[in-house]
Amino acid sequence: MTFSSGFRHGVHPREEKELTNQLPIRRMPYPDELVLPLRQHAGNPAKLCVQVGDHVERGDPVGLADGWVSVPIHASASGTVTDIGWWPHPDGSMAMSVRIAVDRYAPQVARPRLVPHWEGLATDDVVRAVQDAGVVGMGGAAFPTHVKLAPPRDSAVHTLIINGAECEPYLTSDHRTMAEYPARVLFGIRVMMHALHVDRCVVGVERNKPDAIAALQQALPPDLDITILPLTVKYPQGAEKMLIQAVTGIEVPSGQLPVRVGVVVQNVGSVAAIAEVFETGLPLIERIVTVSGHGLRRPANLIVPVGTKLRDLLAFCDGVTPDAAEVIIGGPMMGQAQANLDAPVLKGTTGVVVLAKHETRLEKVYPCIHCGRCLEACPVFLNPSLLGDFARVARYDDMVDLHLADCMLCGSCAYVCPSNIPLAQLFQASKVALRRAKAAAA
Amino acid sequence: MSMPLAPKLIVTASPHVRSQDSTPMIMWNVVGTLVPIIAAAAWFFGVSALLVIAATALGALLTERVIGRDGTLADGSAVITGLLLGLSLPAGLPLWMACLGGAFGLGFGKLVWGGLGQNVFNPALVGRAFLQAAFPVAITTWPTIGGSFWKLKGDLFAFPFTHPNPDAITSATPLGLLKFEGKGTAVAQLILGNTSGSLGETAALVILACGIYLAWRGYLNWRIPAAVLLTVIVFSAVIHAVDAHRPDALFMLFSGGLMLGTVYMATDPVTSPVTNRGRWVFGVGVGVLVVVIRIWGGLPEGVMYAILFMNALVPFINRATQPRVFGTRRQVTA
Repeated sequence: MTFSSGFRHGVHPREEKELTNQLPIRRMPYPDELVLPLRQHAGNPAKLCVQVGDHVERGDPVGLADGWVSVPIHASASGTVTDIGWWPHPDGSMAMSVRIAVDRYAPQVARPRLVPHWEGLATDDVVRAVQDAGVVGMGGAAFPTHVKLAPPRDSAVHTLIINGAECEPYLTSDHRTMAEYPARVLFGIRVMMHALHVDRCVVGVERNKPDAIAALQQALPPDLDITILPLTVKYPQGAEKMLIQAVTGIEVPSGQLPVRVGVVVQNVGSVAAIAEVFETGLPLIERIVTVSGHGLRRPANLIVPVGTKLRDLLAFCDGVTPDAAEVIIGGPMMGQAQANLDAPVLKGTTGVVVLAKHETRLEKVYPCIHCGRCLEACPVFLNPSLLGDFARVARYDDMVDLHLADCMLCGSCAYVCPSNIPLAQLFQASKVALRRAKAAAA
Repeated sequence: MSMPLAPKLIVTASPHVRSQDSTPMIMWNVVGTLVPIIAAAAWFFGVSALLVIAATALGALLTERVIGRDGTLADGSAVITGLLLGLSLPAGLPLWMACLGGAFGLGFGKLVWGGLGQNVFNPALVGRAFLQAAFPVAITTWPTIGGSFWKLKGDLFAFPFTHPNPDAITSATPLGLLKFEGKGTAVAQLILGNTSGSLGETAALVILACGIYLAWRGYLNWRIPAAVLLTVIVFSAVIHAVDAHRPDALFMLFSGGLMLGTVYMATDPVTSPVTNRGRWVFGVGVGVLVVVIRIWGGLPEGVMYAILFMNALVPFINRATQPRVFGTRRQVTA
């Protein structure tokens, strides 16, 4: 089997995928209450379009897209809007959210809706249908998918790359999607290739998912140029620039978008969501979430209604073990630790990982001994050791010269640091400080 | 809905997991590999070796404890400094000098810079350079190896600031023999360590084995010793080829403190470059300086000064060898 050796550097955290990678996807029952933040995606938050007391059916919008880089939010179950106000958001802040008391004993059947017939649609109509369905990047960043489907007119996109790397430890939602729904993924690819007018598509999948690779390969349609490319198992193989290099051999120039080299990258989950839009007409109201970790009693891959509170999700998985210490939305490398289990699952929530105490990095921080391991880990060849020194003394302008902007906060440097220095956190804080200074100057 | 939940949730920034290696673990592993080398020194020089090494370690640890920040003893770096300094000294050095050297190396080589990670020069070598300047006779008095284990190799217990009683049997080191008397030493004797010299320079093979272990575990970067040793081999082989009176490569490799300095001091991460290209530059620089000092310098041995000189250049090497950032300065082929 040919495979791509991928990119240089990177790290090898323990995969821990065997906890869930053979568990079939199951559907989680509707919780008693859903919380839908209006801010679930990159770009403008959705504009509220319901009032307290309104009754909504499954799939009805509760927020509308506010501009081009924005998508609507839909009710993921039928119920009554009980409250509109600030609610804990998984990113640690509070967000304006719609709370819905879910109808008990309701069949949860969506309103009859028109299913767009993709073959007859022009690009703009496909893009609009995807936006109306609220589809966002489901690999975690939650960038509105329709924006990527409409690249600038002067760019020549020649390849669509589907990101099935899923390099974060523990997470298996993309893996199970590809293994169980290969036809849906390939149908989504077909629609996207139609919309983008590209002839070539490559699906990059890390080699630790042989069943997913086999399932996709068996379902390949004969009339499309789609390649399933097994990738080296290495973190961060699923980072956009790393994936593009692994597939095409091209380094996306510093500070540029992938479109610059003629490539559009989409996550497997988003592709499946697009397929669903053109199969059933249903918007993005539920997603596949891996609930896993050594601090969880019963790990699972679940179809979860968007807006389900972490508390309900963990309870459905029989709760946590006595030594559970940290609840993370996303994977342990780039995910967000949660302080409040009332925070809901969002469209971009790939997984919920409960770490046991011994896995966390709550340990002493030692001085940097300049061992250079972070330089050998950084996938974009920065000097995290020196950047870290600068960050501690707030020399942000020097950090800009050292290409801080190219840091994607993958955390490889902090992962290997023997002194346990929170390098990724320092860089995140430096980026925020620089953004504030820029905003203040403008 | 009720569920059993941990009483407190940890909330940290990502990444939430980390690799197994920690700085103290690396340091204590290095300390562990020094044990066989110390054992070899005791085999050749008897109890004197252990006493000298204990004295330098004591000086280093006391200084770290008294002047350093709280809890820094546990990271193991002060122990390394003390042991390495001891291994670089002759067996007959009065213990008060050894202890003073350890204290000076730790204090002026590390703590005044701001502690672990901040110093420019290798602390053990700073201590040795101090002793070389302060006690030039005592530090170049090389006891002969062998004899009873319990027989002291010099006036170890000389009272501070008195002249040590010079009644031990001494002999020149192989490098001293070569430089001052023009005599060679059989390479077989050198490799076995069956010669006079400092405590840690007579166990070249043991040191090499420990170095290979550390490199395999990833606790030292193999590029620096590889660069130093290759440079010394190539450079001295060329000189030997031009002038056959000069020592050959094998002699250069296994004599003096080259092995100890290369494996344990040049690879000190704090005082060596952080980039891999820089490490090659650094190693080649050390190798060239060692050969130059040994052959044309006034001293028989040059490892200490070679490493200290290159230590001073590390910030410049780092700056000159910054890696190319992803997506810069490369033609886009699409």
